[in-house]
Amino acid sequence: MKNYDLVIVGGGPAGLAAAVSARDNGIESILILERDKELGGILNQCIHNGFGLHTFKEELTGPEYAARFIDQAAERNISYKLNTMVMDIAVMDSGEKKVTAMNREDGMFELCAKAVILAMGCRERSRGALNIPGYRPAGIYSAGTAQRLVNMEGYMPGREVVILGSGDIGLIMARRMTLEGATVKVVAELMPYSGGLKRNIVQCLDDFNIPLKLSHTVIDIEGKDRVEAVTIAEVGADRKPVPGTEERYTCDTLLLSCGLIPENELSKNAGVSISPVTSGPVVNDSLETDVPGIFACGNVLHVHDLVDYVSQEAAVAGKNAALYIQNGSSGDARTVEIVPEGGVRYTVPKFIRPERIDDTVTVRFRVGDVYKNCAVCVYLDDELLQKKKRPVMAPGEMEQIILTKEKLGAHPDLGRIIIRIEEA
Amino acid sequence: MSTRELTCINCPLGCALTVTTENGSVTSVTGNTCPRGDAYARKEVTNPTRIVTSTVRVAGGVCPMVNVKTATDIPKDKIFACTASLKNVIVQAPVAIGDVILTNVADTGVDIIAARNIAAK
Ligand SMILES: Cc1cc2nc3c(=O)[nH]c(=O)nc-3n(C[C@H](O)[C@H](O)[C@H](O)COP(=O)(O)OP(=O)(O)OC[C@H]3O[C@@H](n4cnc5c(N)ncnc54)[C@H](O)[C@@H]3O)c2cc1C
Ligand code: SF4
Repeated sequence: MKNYDLVIVGGGPAGLAAAVSARDNGIESILILERDKELGGILNQCIHNGFGLHTFKEELTGPEYAARFIDQAAERNISYKLNTMVMDIAVMDSGEKKVTAMNREDGMFELCAKAVILAMGCRERSRGALNIPGYRPAGIYSAGTAQRLVNMEGYMPGREVVILGSGDIGLIMARRMTLEGATVKVVAELMPYSGGLKRNIVQCLDDFNIPLKLSHTVIDIEGKDRVEAVTIAEVGADRKPVPGTEERYTCDTLLLSCGLIPENELSKNAGVSISPVTSGPVVNDSLETDVPGIFACGNVLHVHDLVDYVSQEAAVAGKNAALYIQNGSSGDARTVEIVPEGGVRYTVPKFIRPERIDDTVTVRFRVGDVYKNCAVCVYLDDELLQKKKRPVMAPGEMEQIILTKEKLGAHPDLGRIIIRIEEA
Repeated sequence: MSTRELTCINCPLGCALTVTTENGSVTSVTGNTCPRGDAYARKEVTNPTRIVTSTVRVAGGVCPMVNVKTATDIPKDKIFACTASLKNVIVQAPVAIGDVILTNVADTGVDIIAARNIAAK
């Protein structure tokens, strides 16, 4: 069994940034395992611009953003194996991790690692999201599959398109297929608000006069071999179709853009606790899971809309993995739970160790509904620590607050930190 | 006099803007919460521009397609002319980020450049 200090599962933006950060913090022996034939992860298929505004102050396309991190890893001679699928991660009696992986050249093989960073990204919610009986003719694709076909294979899935779900990938694909000559007839969204970024609604739908129908869903798909038409209807507050609101659209393609879900089968098998809200691991301020020495970052931890935050988060995971490798487990530091309340769905991290954090720690979260003229309030037990006014917050946009060691350190008996949305 | 409804994209608030124009020049912008909305509305009405991204075929590369973009933003009404002129372009691998794929696309004075590295097979 070959030994490494750090094994990183996944060579997308999260895995790459984590590797770079671990190396810059003194770790020599690093291996990235990637199941695809190239590094860069899902960014390779995201050819639109708008990546990296925060990090590089430029509007890069996905592959350009990925290339910057691939270059950084190459400059540092960080090793990686492509076409290599990680099958299992197990904790050995020594506390080290046994990583089982497979590829064509080596077959099945095992590695021993002092620390592991999970960076497997997410996958799309499947067709199960489409809650209608009957045939599943050809012509139904997830938006991400269509993105891969059009952008990487140069294959157009169809000419007349209806899109269910207004997540960013669906919006981006509405524009992409329009520019390739298809007609996108309508985007139907079950919820009364879009899950996508405003910028994408304007530049991908409004620019091309593609209608967005909120509180609508697909209730029927016609066609036996190939999709011929779909019927959409308005839904009531109970999200059930309202009779009499049906509209039929002839089309040959139905794209489903129903959200992303972190990919955590490996994490579960390794004994990592998963949050039922994010479907990602529960982590502390080091982005360490409840299995010591296993860290997580990027979309496997919680779904991000901006890759800049993925890179930032991954750098934190890389640095803390380096500290773990150098100094061993953090032991029994005082741990305080962050409790999300009143509209805050979850926080990453979930636990904070006030004595162990750097000067500041960034806490990211999402809200469960659209809030206007409100404030994000942070309480240390019952005492209001900070109140940040926000004109608007939406489930589609990740929020963050920054806690300082100074403030937390001033409360040695702190029981819990509460984050809540209140009226401004 | 004519009016147009727009959504400001400069922050998540997404203010609903109403722009009034007379003989092609903007006479008023309402609905914005901050000056960025005003500037956005004026540009959208008088000279809207976009960066356009697309793909072209690659011969002899490790991937069949390379993604490309306009080097800077181009007028919005040239978007379709831009993508149409990329339809039959085939480039030879290797391709490097920044390589010029097509000059002066759709007479905009802007070049199309590669946005991805593709090694030769
Ligand atoms: C279909 C799709 C389209 C997207 N489009 C956009 C977009 O248009 N704009 C945007 O801002 N964001 C988009 N995102 C979000 C985007 O994923 C994130 O911004 C960012 O790429 C997340 O980085 P990551 O490294 O966490 O995950 P990823 O980029 O997904 O990378 C994870 C990597 O891990 C590898 N991996 C997974 N499991 C294993 C295993 N068992 N063994 C070895 N390797 C493994 C995968 O092959 C992959 O390369 C999209 C996501 C998806 C799923
Ligand atoms: S006008 Fe100002 S506040 Fe309103 S959406 Fe634009 S940038 Fe945001």
